[in-house]
Amino acid sequence: MSGERDVLPELSIDLTPTLVVSTALATMDPTPVHHDPALARAQGSKDIFLNILTTMGLVERYVTDWAGPAAVIRRIDVRLGVPAYAGDRLSFTGKVVSRADGELTVEVRGAVSLGDHAVGAVTLTLPEGEDPC
Amino acid sequence: MKLTDEELHELAAKQTALGELRGTPAADPVNVPMIRHWLAAMGDENPAYLERGLAPPAMAQVWTMPGLRDRPKDRSPVDDLMAALDASGYTGVVATNCEQVHHRYARVGEVLTPATRFTGLAGPKRTALGVGFFATWTVTWYAGDDEPVAEMMFRVLKFRPREKKPKREPYPLRPAVNQDTAFFWEGVRQGELRVQSCADCGLPRHPPGPLCPQCRSANRSYAVASGHGSLYSYVVHHRPPVPGRETPFVVGVVELPEGVRVVGNIVDCPIEEVAVGMPLRVTYRTMDDELVLPMWTPGEP
Ligand SMILES: [Zn+2]
Repeated sequence: MSGERDVLPELSIDLTPTLVVSTALATMDPTPVHHDPALARAQGSKDIFLNILTTMGLVERYVTDWAGPAAVIRRIDVRLGVPAYAGDRLSFTGKVVSRADGELTVEVRGAVSLGDHAVGAVTLTLPEGEDPC
Repeated sequence: MKLTDEELHELAAKQTALGELRGTPAADPVNVPMIRHWLAAMGDENPAYLERGLAPPAMAQVWTMPGLRDRPKDRSPVDDLMAALDASGYTGVVATNCEQVHHRYARVGEVLTPATRFTGLAGPKRTALGVGFFATWTVTWYAGDDEPVAEMMFRVLKFRPREKKPKREPYPLRPAVNQDTAFFWEGVRQGELRVQSCADCGLPRHPPGPLCPQCRSANRSYAVASGHGSLYSYVVHHRPPVPGRETPFVVGVVELPEGVRVVGNIVDCPIEEVAVGMPLRVTYRTMDDELVLPMWTPGEP
């Protein structure tokens, strides 16, 4: 199972400060390292960075962008790696690693310039006939 | 109060035995404006949510985030343990895993209530960040009285930050970190020895490269090696002088049970005792304020 049809199109997201701050707001997370550059630097970070709720949200978006609106997300498992700083770019790649009875598991990797920001798997179900592959 | 490692495990067992503790219900029911705001911020154009009155599943935690509101913190079995780890010197924290199970999507109008249970403490373990404990807990969000909608397992590493030493001279030899090798150096940062493998035929290969020598596939993956190996071959370097290093030192070729050989320095072993076939295990050396290098030290096979 490694044909081209099992590979998700790549998605690159520019992590503008606006994106980092607006996702922090949308996730109700006022922790300063996600919106206050001076404070983030004082704590040893390079800049403000994405919060984990956003990472999970972007992983979900990456998979549903591909799977379509009929997909139902069942699991999102993410191993967290290097921070995703404002000014960097987050690039998602993915591929289907299992498929049975309408349930798909997609392996997802979200990389930034420092290395892997998030690596994991998303399991989803699709109504019959809706397999994007 | 500073606790011993054993006492930390005892406290963890006590917190685990508390089982699931209910928190305060969400301040707002699942609602369209917050969903719309989230979708816009994420750049998520999936129409399914707003058309069907459903919340994006990854939003589960958002409904019960305190935000800027000043409200009493829920009693949670996690807090006491985090406080004890802090007091015992494990003041650093970094999240390592987040796993969500979605039983169904929350519907507009539902009020979610979180419940937290502590599920495990592992450690102390040596990591590239320092010695630390992995703490794991699960939050379940219920709709109504007891219908679980979503569960989230969260794991953090609470570590003892390395003593801040005066800034060291940067080590003059820097590894080449590029797209092919970034996974390896990220592994070193996390205290993992990663070996590249072909995502199609599974062949392990080292050093990392773009193509599989067996099937020519460009699909790459990696496995985390056990960190054990044996010395396949070595040289003792006497001269010329190497910037940043004291001579003589040993450069070995280490054979890994995972099926590849890697090059690295053999350390913590008198040079006359270095011998082909000797069992080795990986160790991580901090070279300067930023660089950690994997090296090899005598160890059990
Ligand atoms: Zn191959």
